[in-house]
Amino acid sequence: MSPLILSLIVMGSLGLVFGLGLALASRKFAVESDPHIDEIEAVLPKVNCGACGAAGCRAFAEAVAAGKMPVNGCVPGGAAVTAQIASIMGVDADETKEREVAQVMCQGDYEHAKLRSLYDGLQDCRAAMGAAGGPKGCVYGCLRLGSCVKACPFNAIGLNEHGIPVVDESRCTGCNKCVEACPRNIIELRPVSMGVHVRCRSISKGADVRKVCTIGCIGCMKCQKTCKYDAIHVENNLARIDYSKCTNCGECAEVCPVGSIVKQGKTVIVRESIAVDKVETKTQKA
Amino acid sequence: MASKTFRGGVHLNYHKELTNQKPLINVDASDVVIIPLKMHIGQEASPIVKKGDRVLVGQKIGDTSAFVGVPVHSSVSGEVQKIDTTLLPNGLRGLAVFIKNDGQYELDPSIKPKASLEELSSREIVDIVREAGIVGLGGATFPTHVKLCVPEGKDVDYLLVNGAECEPYLTCDHRIMLERTDELFYGIEAAARACGAEHIKICIEDNKKDCIELLAKRCGPNCEVVALETKYPQGGEKQLIKAVLNREVPSGTLPYEVGVVVINVGTAVAIAEAIQKGMPLVKRAVSVTGDIVNNPGNFIVPIGTTMDKLLDIVGGTKEPIGRIIYGGPMMGTSIHETDEPVVKGTSGILVLGRNESPLIGEPDPCIRCARCVDHCPMHLMPNMLERLVSKEELDKAKKMGLNDCIECGCCSYVCPSKRHLVQWIRVGKMELIARKKREDQKIASKAIETA
Repeated sequence: MSPLILSLIVMGSLGLVFGLGLALASRKFAVESDPHIDEIEAVLPKVNCGACGAAGCRAFAEAVAAGKMPVNGCVPGGAAVTAQIASIMGVDADETKEREVAQVMCQGDYEHAKLRSLYDGLQDCRAAMGAAGGPKGCVYGCLRLGSCVKACPFNAIGLNEHGIPVVDESRCTGCNKCVEACPRNIIELRPVSMGVHVRCRSISKGADVRKVCTIGCIGCMKCQKTCKYDAIHVENNLARIDYSKCTNCGECAEVCPVGSIVKQGKTVIVRESIAVDKVETKTQKA
Repeated sequence: MASKTFRGGVHLNYHKELTNQKPLINVDASDVVIIPLKMHIGQEASPIVKKGDRVLVGQKIGDTSAFVGVPVHSSVSGEVQKIDTTLLPNGLRGLAVFIKNDGQYELDPSIKPKASLEELSSREIVDIVREAGIVGLGGATFPTHVKLCVPEGKDVDYLLVNGAECEPYLTCDHRIMLERTDELFYGIEAAARACGAEHIKICIEDNKKDCIELLAKRCGPNCEVVALETKYPQGGEKQLIKAVLNREVPSGTLPYEVGVVVINVGTAVAIAEAIQKGMPLVKRAVSVTGDIVNNPGNFIVPIGTTMDKLLDIVGGTKEPIGRIIYGGPMMGTSIHETDEPVVKGTSGILVLGRNESPLIGEPDPCIRCARCVDHCPMHLMPNMLERLVSKEELDKAKKMGLNDCIECGCCSYVCPSKRHLVQWIRVGKMELIARKKREDQKIASKAIETA
C-alpha cells in the first residue's frame, strides 16, 4: 500500500473517531439554554446601556427569560421592543409606561447668563465644579462643558451654538446616563408627551438670579396664579410643574416675564394600540 | 547629617522670602462674617442658632453628633443675619451662618481656662479638642480628635509634628513656630498625652534654619527636631512618615496603623489655646502673599472674614489680579469671587498677576515620557489613571490606586504636554463617591419597595 493511501486511511479514521467523540460529548454535556434568550437578544437594541438595571443586553434577555425582569424593562427599545419581547414570551404587555426623555432644565447660555471668571482647566463639568464651583455666575446653572454629551450612548444630546445642551427627543431613550453625568443635576427625565417645562433650577432669590442670568426663574408667582389646573407652584423661589396635573396648555409660559417656562416642540402622541413611538412633533412657538 | 526625604516629588521655586520675615499680625473681622458649617472632612454641622440671634465670640453656632465631624463657633460678636446655602471653596454647596459683626468681640461666658495638663486624662483632652472644633490646619481639615482618639488595640509610639510647610509662598506655619513657641510645645505635650505617644519628632524642612535652631534648643528629652529636605510634597502625612520613620502607611488606612499620629504646628497651637484659654478654633494664621501684593504678610484672621477685607489689609495689588488661590499654588483652588470667607483650611491666600497665571489651553498628547510616574510621591501611574478615568473605566482605575492619590499635583506640574492629570484623577475620585451614593440610594429605595 502506498504511503499516500495509508496516511489517508489513518487520518480519515482518526478524524472519524474524534468527530464521533465530539458529537457524543456535545450531546452528553450539552448546556441547556432557554431558546427565548437568543430570540429576545435579537430584538434588543444591543447598545448595552444598562438602563434596564442588568449588566447588558444579554444579561437582560436572560433575566427576562427567567422571569426575573419585566418584559417592558428595555428603556431604549421602548414600546416596539416591549411588544416583540411580550410576543416571544407569550404574555400581554399591558403595563406600557410612557416613554421618558431627558429635559435640560437650564437656558443660561452665553447670551443670557454671566460668567464670573475664566475657566481654563479640564474641559469637563465635574472638574470645573470641583474648582470652587465652576466659572458660571449662577451656581445652579449649566456649566456648558458637555459632560452629558460625552455620556450619551445614543448621540441624542449636543451643545447648541450658545453652549447649552439640546436633547433630540426622537433619539433620546431615557437611559439616565446624562442625568447621572451632570454635576449640577440640571437634566431630568420627563414624560415625552409633556411639552411645558420650567427650564431653570436656581433656588436663589429673584434679585440674585437677575444679577447673573436674564432668563432664570425669579419666583414671581405669575405662573402659579395663571394656572387653572393647580399644576404649577413656586416653592423655594423656583416654579415647579406637577406633571400629573399639567395639561400642556402653555398659559404659564405665556405669562412668564423672563421666559424660563417654555412651551416648545409640542408633542402629540398617537395612541394607537401600543405604538407609542409614533410621535409627531410640531414646533409651536410659545 | 543629610536631611531626610522620600522618593519622588518635585523641587519648586519657593517664593517664601516675600513673607517669611513678616511677623503675625492680629486683624479684625469683616463687617459680615460668613461661617460655613462644613469646614472639615466628615459630617456637616447643623445650625443651632437662628436668624436674629445675638452670638458672642466663641459661642457654638453649629454642632453634629457624628464622630467624624466637629462643632462650629462664631468668631465675632453680633447678630445672625441669615443662614443660607453658599458655595464653598471646594465647589460643594453647604449651609453657612452670616453674622453681622458689631466690632465689640464680646467673649462668650463659657470660655474659661480648662484644668492644667497634668489633671486631664487623655479622654478629656480629646473631648476638649472636639468641642473646640479643631481640625487639621495644614489644609486637609481632618478632625483632630479623630486622629488623637487611637482605637483600642493600636499602639502609637511616635507623634510627628508637621512643620514642613512644603507649599510655595506659604509662611504662616514658619511664623507660628518662631513666635508662638510656648503654646506650640504645650499643644504638642497635650497631643502626645492624648494619643499616648512616647516620642515626639518635630519635622521641619531645611529651608527654615531659624526654626530648626530655635526649636532644637527647647526640645525636652523625648523630643527631637528633624530636618527634612526641601521638596514638595514633604508635608504630606504619608510622605512625612516615610521620610522620618521609614514606615509606610498601608493603602486606605490612617497613620495609627503604623503607630504614628501626625499633627500640624498650627493645630498644636490651637489645642494649647483650647486648654489654656478655653478658646475654640475661631482664628487661624493666614499668609496673604504674591508678587503683586503691595504689603504681603502673615495674619491671624477670624474665621469667616471675607477676602475683600484681607485684600484691603494688604493694601491692594500693584497690578490687576489674574487669579486668587485659596491655599498654596500646588494644591489650592482658584476662586471666582472675592466675597468668599476664610475657612479653617485656608492656610494662605495667593494673589497672582495676569502674567503669572497664563491660560494653558488644550493639552498636547501624552508622549509617554513617564515623568509623572517618576515624580509621583505615592508611586502611582498618573498617566494610566488619567486615561482610565477619562474612558470611564473607574473599576480598573481603582485597582491601580485611584483612591491612594493625595492630589499633590506633582504629575500635572512636571507634565511636558501640560495634561490635566491630577484634575482627571480628582474627577475619578468624585465619580467613585457619586457612584457609591447612587448605589446606596438604589439599595435604599429597593428596601422601601419590598417593605
